[in-house]
Amino acid sequence: MTTADVLPQLTAKIRDAAHPGPAAPCACGTTTLAHRPDTTVVRHAATVAKAHAPGTDPGALALRLATAAHLPDVFLPPLAATPGALVDARPVTLWPYGTPVDPDDQGAAPWEAAGALLARLHRAPVVPGTPLMRGPAKAAHAMDRLHEALAAAAPHPAAPAVLRAWSALPAWARAEAPMPGTLTLCHGDLHLGQLVRHPAPDGQWLLIDVDDLGVGVPAWDLARPASWYACGLLSPAEWTRFLTAYRAAGGPAVPQDGDPWAALDVPARALTVQTAARYLAKALAADRPLDEVEQSLIDACARMVLE
Amino acid sequence: MHCPKCHAPMHTYNRSGVQIEQCSGCRGIFLDYGELEALTQLEAQWAKPVPPAPQAYPAPPAPAWGAPHHGGGHHGGHGHHGGHHGNKSWAHMLFSS
Repeated sequence: MTTADVLPQLTAKIRDAAHPGPAAPCACGTTTLAHRPDTTVVRHAATVAKAHAPGTDPGALALRLATAAHLPDVFLPPLAATPGALVDARPVTLWPYGTPVDPDDQGAAPWEAAGALLARLHRAPVVPGTPLMRGPAKAAHAMDRLHEALAAAAPHPAAPAVLRAWSALPAWARAEAPMPGTLTLCHGDLHLGQLVRHPAPDGQWLLIDVDDLGVGVPAWDLARPASWYACGLLSPAEWTRFLTAYRAAGGPAVPQDGDPWAALDVPARALTVQTAARYLAKALAADRPLDEVEQSLIDACARMVLE
Repeated sequence: MHCPKCHAPMHTYNRSGVQIEQCSGCRGIFLDYGELEALTQLEAQWAKPVPPAPQAYPAPPAPAWGAPHHGGGHHGGHGHHGGHHGNKSWAHMLFSS
């Protein structure tokens, strides 16, 4: 099965979803928003359809979708509260179109909205039976991919630092033990691609992507910006805007005042290692050197195990 | 404490209010976490007696494994830090899992 198989079927499905009723010709056109081995997302008029990763647990996805549907101030509301018919054995969900963050205008990144939305999510009541947040599992998956890439390539000087930094993490951050503490509702994979304005083009900012949503350690959701800041990539001003908004909205992942790093350290280390592993695996596959941004992650991994 | 390099005893000295350890044998210097940044900041203050303050943000706390320019050595928020706007992999990273 290749990912190309999914597109025509998903396109037919979204056309039907966007124009319910008797089939009529339409001139809307369908745009492919994402097409990767684990995700295909297409847009037709104001409707978006997502084919989830092969092997997605349909029951867990249904619970995650229902969770999002119950939090319309946090998550983009799904068009249907249950996953639709399968495409190539992959569940499909339907969403209204929202305007994403402009990737060419980093100055317009909504750091305050991101912080406030996460705080709201982390304060939401947890419904019994909610699946686990998949952050640590994704980090472990990135390490599996790195091991595959390393097995297929000549030794790389950056690899030992990444592998040692991973080994130095506590078992829960490597998805080898249950997450500690009071489990909180978490997004599980926050980055700037996970925010849209709805209704398009200038409605309120909302979170998208329920694939990793679940209960876990809430600092995980702050940890990617924290990692970028620690690695010297995100400016102190942007990091401060994000963290201040999170605290102002009563987010429970970090203390209201003072140094937040006691709570952030482990998840930020895990996400630094995860990102380093992903980019190192890509560089190995493409047989290209790491650039300075990628190297800054490797350097941070090296410093973690020097301490 | 003993020097990690030549194992001679190390003695504590005070340099501009910062405690540093120097080896009595090889004269090597040991700095605790934050001390290099403290010295760098003092040096910067010496070089620029009237520092301009164009940024309202003081440098927020960062972990020990963070990039080395964190801490006291941060000059007005316009260092190397966050200076990757336009870098292709940074732009990609902001939007990727």
